[in-house]
Amino acid sequence: MSTLTKPKFDEELTISNDPRNNKDTPKTTVYDTKDLNLWYGDTHALKDINLSIYEKEVTAIIGPSGCGKSTYLKTLNRMVELVPSVRTSGMITYKGKSILDKSFKVEDLRTKVGMVFQKPNPFPKSIYDNIAYGPKIHGIRNKKTLDEIVEKSLRGASIWDEVKDRLKENAYGLSGGQQQRICIARCLAIEPDVILMDEPTSALDPKSTLRVEELIHELKKEYSIIIVTHNMQQAARISDRTAFFLNGEVIEFDETDKIFTTPTDSRTEDYISGRFG
Amino acid sequence: MASNSKIDDQDDLKIQEMIAQKKNGRNLSRFTERIIPVLLFLIASVSILTTIGIIYTLLTETIEFFKRVPIADFFTGTILKPLSQNPEFGVLPLINGTIISSVIAMLVAGPIGIMTAVYLSEYASDRIRRTLKPLLEILAGIPTIVYGFFAFTFVTPIIREIFPTVEATNILSPGLVMGVMIIPMIASLSEDAMTSVPNSMREGALALGATKLEVAFRVVIPAALSGIIASFVLGVSRAIGETMIVTIASGSSKNFTFDITQSMQTMTAYIVEVSGGEAPAGSTIYYSLYAVAFTLFIFTLLMNLLARYVSRKFREEY
Repeated sequence: MSTLTKPKFDEELTISNDPRNNKDTPKTTVYDTKDLNLWYGDTHALKDINLSIYEKEVTAIIGPSGCGKSTYLKTLNRMVELVPSVRTSGMITYKGKSILDKSFKVEDLRTKVGMVFQKPNPFPKSIYDNIAYGPKIHGIRNKKTLDEIVEKSLRGASIWDEVKDRLKENAYGLSGGQQQRICIARCLAIEPDVILMDEPTSALDPKSTLRVEELIHELKKEYSIIIVTHNMQQAARISDRTAFFLNGEVIEFDETDKIFTTPTDSRTEDYISGRFG
Repeated sequence: MASNSKIDDQDDLKIQEMIAQKKNGRNLSRFTERIIPVLLFLIASVSILTTIGIIYTLLTETIEFFKRVPIADFFTGTILKPLSQNPEFGVLPLINGTIISSVIAMLVAGPIGIMTAVYLSEYASDRIRRTLKPLLEILAGIPTIVYGFFAFTFVTPIIREIFPTVEATNILSPGLVMGVMIIPMIASLSEDAMTSVPNSMREGALALGATKLEVAFRVVIPAALSGIIASFVLGVSRAIGETMIVTIASGSSKNFTFDITQSMQTMTAYIVEVSGGEAPAGSTIYYSLYAVAFTLFIFTLLMNLLARYVSRKFREEY
């Protein structure tokens, strides 16, 4: 056993030491989570979470339903606070700033951290107004600038060609997959650093899912992406690192290849091999 | 296995038997099944027939009125002196009074109603909402005569304290009180419209860094606009049709003016005055009641049609 794994370990080491494979050594983190605990009323939903999210990577969070993965994601932009009875302890820093402090302005955080939801939720407005909404509330009024932002964002979400002739139409006239890409474009319009995705493809058909996955792959060049997914194949396909959550705890967090080929925890192995969940 | 299925068969058989027995006694119920829709239709027609009857009476008597007073004089006349030796029947003073009192009422009820709705749907905790909404509905349940009395004996003296030139009967005070009366209607209907905006939309905006206020005014209100506008139009209809408050607090001067400190009469108050006084059947004054009532009917009808049109036009689909 050990003789089999040892060479592999060395191999890993040499790969990670190779500067060609690690373009920006050392990888900087965008989020650092230290001893995060979260309660919904009496329910202890997150237990001693320690996790680092790296810049310009796709980090997947997997785990069975109710394991706290969505809760953790929503803690990263403090959307979790919409639940009235929520309490947290511990610390999350975003680029060095502690974001769970009440003094931290949550609107500033959410301007830097975009979010895409499980069910596409465009506003009941035109496609154009959907994209322009974010820039507008942050004070961008110039029509020409807005036009540019809208086009750039729609191109960024690779949906420009499909909607460029119907920008004034209601976004609800689009298909589910298109709506989801509109939501991604809406998120790109304020040029965030991080995009949080909460099961973004679970309401989509396989073809639309594939398009969104391709899009995520593109977006990775400029954004740090954290994606919660039920779909292990999806995590394996698109992510660089994977965190496995179970009952509110992080069981394992490592490079995706390692998680899916040589998990260290038996529970991880059981989950990814489909033995439960 | 075999015995099991036999038992099942027996059970089935019994059930079928029971159904068959029941069917034999069903003749009566089959008859009721057929007669009930007819009965329900007749009951439903009551309100429709009443409406048709009212319109018919209004129309015939109004036509009789226009045989005596030229229709153009009625709709363009600015003088209304029904009891004078040389009576004049211009309806404009009444229309003017109605519109002015309604505008004052809406200036009060619109902003306060919508702000109340925003507070209730976006900011208030569940507990506050549960306390405040029934309170609002109590406000809506106060008889209008009480409001009228309140306007005359409480609000007018206060206004006159501040602005001594205001007359003892004026259109301002009943207009304001009418506004207060309409607040619950607008607040409650708008709140319903805002609450039914899906939370996912609020989340979408919050996640873009919008503040609660930006979410309320730039996502929720636009999405609920059709409901809000419908509540406004219903409020206006209510103001146009309101009778007691203006009758008590605005007096019966048939002034054609835009000065809100003066007494004015609304269409409804005129109908109260004339039908309460001595208007012998068959006299022109008597028929003028119907002409004014018909005008009022047209007004409220138009408002209701507008409400329907607007709520369809401004609907943001989601």
